[in-house]
Amino acid sequence: MDVNSGAVHVVDDVVYDAIALLKEDMPETDKPAGIPEELEKRVRNQLADEYGYGSQDIEDAMSDIQELIGREELFTRDVYQNYVIDFKKRKTVVKALCLHIAHDCNLACRYCFAEEGEYHGRRALMSFEVGKKALDFLIANSGSRRHLEVDFFGGEPLMNWEVVKQLVEYGRSQEEAHDKKFRFTLTTNGVLLNDEIMEFCNREMSNVVLSLDGRREINDKMRPFRKGAGSYDLIVPKFQKFAESRGQMNYYVRGTFTRNNLDFASDVLHFADLGFKQMSIEPVVASPEEPYAIQPEDIPQILREYDRLAVEYIKRKKEGRGFNFFHFMIDLNQGPCVAKRLAGCGSGTEYLAVTPWGDLYPCHQFVGQEEFLLGNVDEGITNTELRDQFKLVNVYAKEKCRDCFARFYCSGGCAANAFHYDGSITGAYDIGCEMQKKRIECSIMIKAALAE
Amino acid sequence: MKKVKTLTNSTLKESMKKGGCGECQTSCQSACKTSCTVGNQSCENASR
Repeated sequence: MDVNSGAVHVVDDVVYDAIALLKEDMPETDKPAGIPEELEKRVRNQLADEYGYGSQDIEDAMSDIQELIGREELFTRDVYQNYVIDFKKRKTVVKALCLHIAHDCNLACRYCFAEEGEYHGRRALMSFEVGKKALDFLIANSGSRRHLEVDFFGGEPLMNWEVVKQLVEYGRSQEEAHDKKFRFTLTTNGVLLNDEIMEFCNREMSNVVLSLDGRREINDKMRPFRKGAGSYDLIVPKFQKFAESRGQMNYYVRGTFTRNNLDFASDVLHFADLGFKQMSIEPVVASPEEPYAIQPEDIPQILREYDRLAVEYIKRKKEGRGFNFFHFMIDLNQGPCVAKRLAGCGSGTEYLAVTPWGDLYPCHQFVGQEEFLLGNVDEGITNTELRDQFKLVNVYAKEKCRDCFARFYCSGGCAANAFHYDGSITGAYDIGCEMQKKRIECSIMIKAALAE
Repeated sequence: MKKVKTLTNSTLKESMKKGGCGECQTSCQSACKTSCTVGNQSCENASR
């Protein structure tokens, strides 16, 4: 992969070794240029003497490399740094809200960053009035953005279902007058899911995220009811029915893996065996002293696990029984534009979380941490200094990201993870970085394998 | 080319010209909620 142009090539061993040898001394180029004569000569000699390649192989490899340089698809310079300076000055608009419709939950998941839905605070349900003000705030602050996104999140949003329905109705009633289109989404644990809710969601929700951790014993250990019983047997049939009723599209079964299931590929494959076609498994977000928290020494096993999953992923795709794993989905031809890749997730600027009582936070992961309070739905963003700090979160603001090949794929990573691990929103979560890099490698490997 | 198969061309640089409309999905509204997954998103700007 040529990081700065975004070009991806599958090459043979000779070209691979030649690029590795050239890379150290080859200047990055703005425009097509020839390989410096001295350098080319040295590399040709090394390929012959140290690697034992034949002269025709070397000739073909060097010719192909020169052609790639000519097409501006190899050794290209990073031309986006100046672009990002303009980027910082830009006036941001709000385009997405995470509505904490219920700070309460009917499960007691052991790793919950929301502390059983309460987010370091009290149990509360969002009123229609607060939700309405949030949607009005979104419309008023969205500038010329037409698509507005609202995720009903919690705690467990189905514990406040009537308000969800009222807010969808209110949002729809405002679309025409303001020339906006709402995309509603729902993140649920499934406990209260029924036919009426599924039918409503299939009509109104552009995506639903269904929380389940995988195999029964894995799920039930971390996702019990408050009295300790497991949730798997109640939830799985509902999710299967829901996924089918949506035509196996526009949903994700989404799990969390912890130190308890470092063999999480088995949980992804378990989802597939249950008939699900769209899925994701995410590493747990936890403070390091928790027994289930992922530790640096777990990384080698986790990376092997992504490899194991990738191999099986390709096999099943080729057998016609494939599925989509969110982190392996990379759109090489029509992926995000560079502006989006530089801006990252938009937390604190384009994307905000709203508490049941109408406070605004940079994202759902910061809710309840008073130092990250941005404002409220009545007055809008009052802490503009904090908002401006979030504007600066991008790959060029992060020392660790500057030379990373993955920087235009993770866009500098999650600000909340960085803050919790590194003490700064412009820091980096090293464990997360290792996993992210591996997932991108696997994704590209999968593309190459499926293109054969 | 004899030894190289290109999976995708120079899409990133090209996107500087017509990108930045902002109509695409916010990454945390998709599936993750815990990691930044911009690279897993798609662009919705058909004219890009």
